[in-house]
Amino acid sequence: MRALLLLIASLAWLGSARAESLVISLSNQHVDINSTYTGAQLALFGVVVRDGRSATRADAYDILISIKGPSGLVTVRRKERFGPIWINREQRKFADVPATLALIGTRPFTDIVDRDFIDRFGMRIESHVLPKGAALADDFGAALIRLKKEDDLFTIRDRDVAFLTPDVFRATLDVPATGPLGIYNVEVSLFAGGVRLAQAETFFTVGKVGFEQLIAREARDHGVLYGMATAAMALCFGWLASVIFRRD
Amino acid sequence: MELYLPIAEMPINVLTVLAVSAAVGFISGMFGIGGGFMMTPLLIFMGVPPAIAVATGSAQIAASSTTGTLAYWRRQALDVRLGLLLLCGGMIGTVLGVWAFGALRRIGQLDLVIVLSYVTLLFSVGGLMLIESVKTLIAKRRGQSAPGAQRVHKPWYFKLPFSMQFSQSNLEASIIPLLVLALLIGFVGAILGIGGGFLMVPALIYFFRVPTAVVVGTSLFQILFTMLAATILHAATNQAVDIMLAMVLILGGVFGAQFGARAARNVRGDWFRLMLAVLILTIGARFSLDILVPPQEPYSFGTQETRR
Repeated sequence: MRALLLLIASLAWLGSARAESLVISLSNQHVDINSTYTGAQLALFGVVVRDGRSATRADAYDILISIKGPSGLVTVRRKERFGPIWINREQRKFADVPATLALIGTRPFTDIVDRDFIDRFGMRIESHVLPKGAALADDFGAALIRLKKEDDLFTIRDRDVAFLTPDVFRATLDVPATGPLGIYNVEVSLFAGGVRLAQAETFFTVGKVGFEQLIAREARDHGVLYGMATAAMALCFGWLASVIFRRD
Repeated sequence: MELYLPIAEMPINVLTVLAVSAAVGFISGMFGIGGGFMMTPLLIFMGVPPAIAVATGSAQIAASSTTGTLAYWRRQALDVRLGLLLLCGGMIGTVLGVWAFGALRRIGQLDLVIVLSYVTLLFSVGGLMLIESVKTLIAKRRGQSAPGAQRVHKPWYFKLPFSMQFSQSNLEASIIPLLVLALLIGFVGAILGIGGGFLMVPALIYFFRVPTAVVVGTSLFQILFTMLAATILHAATNQAVDIMLAMVLILGGVFGAQFGARAARNVRGDWFRLMLAVLILTIGARFSLDILVPPQEPYSFGTQETRR
């Protein structure tokens, strides 16, 4: 069944092959974390390049974008009553969940592509969190998604890609301040009439630079020295204060 | 004004943290306690990961106890001999505590242990102090001398072997109970990110009858070195000390502590103890709300380890 679907999809893609292609560019390939970092915004520009011979389409173009942050294991815990107190008892681990996820489109996603194909294009948060084939009514998974949405780590913006001309579009990508360091993958798909016409991928990295990088590296590689430096700083400040305030 | 913390990997508002640490510093200067048992929970509340809040807090306590120790040193209100002995026990406790901290973090029960220990400690210490100080105040009002002063019997644990003389504290006792006390406080302190002053001060007063005038300075002296060790150990083993956060905390804390210490000179001893007891109980009550009230959001997710 899945193979058949894939076949149909790829035939559909081949049918319109090379009629359109996507060229995308990010305003920045590196997000630098310095001492004033509070998250970042990147601009994504894209151009739909059309084969000169193909006729104009009846349907307008639509764009779907997914920005997926670094993935890793996350543990979700549930508080339960234990005697008189509430403590974390049951827990569930989710392997390979993106730390951040932003899904952006020109219109509500189900208007752009058929509901059944949404998962295939990665445009539903659940498909990134729950293991493949897991029950949809999973309390822990739903809670994780809800909590991540509350922290703005998972976002859905379904009217946030603007076509500047019929062929040129622009979108703003937000990097949350508490998003992890690492590689963020950006995937852009072009749709018309419910069919994916073209797809393009790019990425950007979030990393510490300068002083922040130095500190983090020292803390990791020379823990004892770093701890001694912190302790020395504490002594210094404490002594300074007693000198400044010495009156009696 | 936002500042990005390189180890906690999150931005914080500098002014908020400065204000909070100054307020905690004021209270800590007033009562001669490190204030870690207030600062650590507040940091966690602000979104700093618990491990980093605990580890970084020890650097701040080291700084504020430096100032305090120097002040008491100048006034000669410090028993170096007793302090050094307590330090020996405290060091062993700290090493064990930092190790246990890492182990609990791996099991995933660190948060529960932190909250439960806080509640138990705060309520038992606060409750004991409240009863004691209210008794004293009532007795005084009736024109009697404080009940503590009437007891001249030495408790049994004074008579254990290895007796030692602490002239400045007017104390002659076995070093075993003192070492055990310091070890326990060092252990708990390393896990909870507290200096343990709020445990050490009442313990020395009630169990060892050390004069109040010497207790605070001696306790601060011991805390200073224990927390310096804890900072280095936490940095070396758990990589959880954020030097930028430490700096902001220290700046607010040391200044707040100066004003607190000045305010304390105008408060009488009995009332002082009553106020400290109420403060400790209030914080204990705040903690127990967290685990007693049914949570609105029963779910939470832990820090996510991502591939770099």
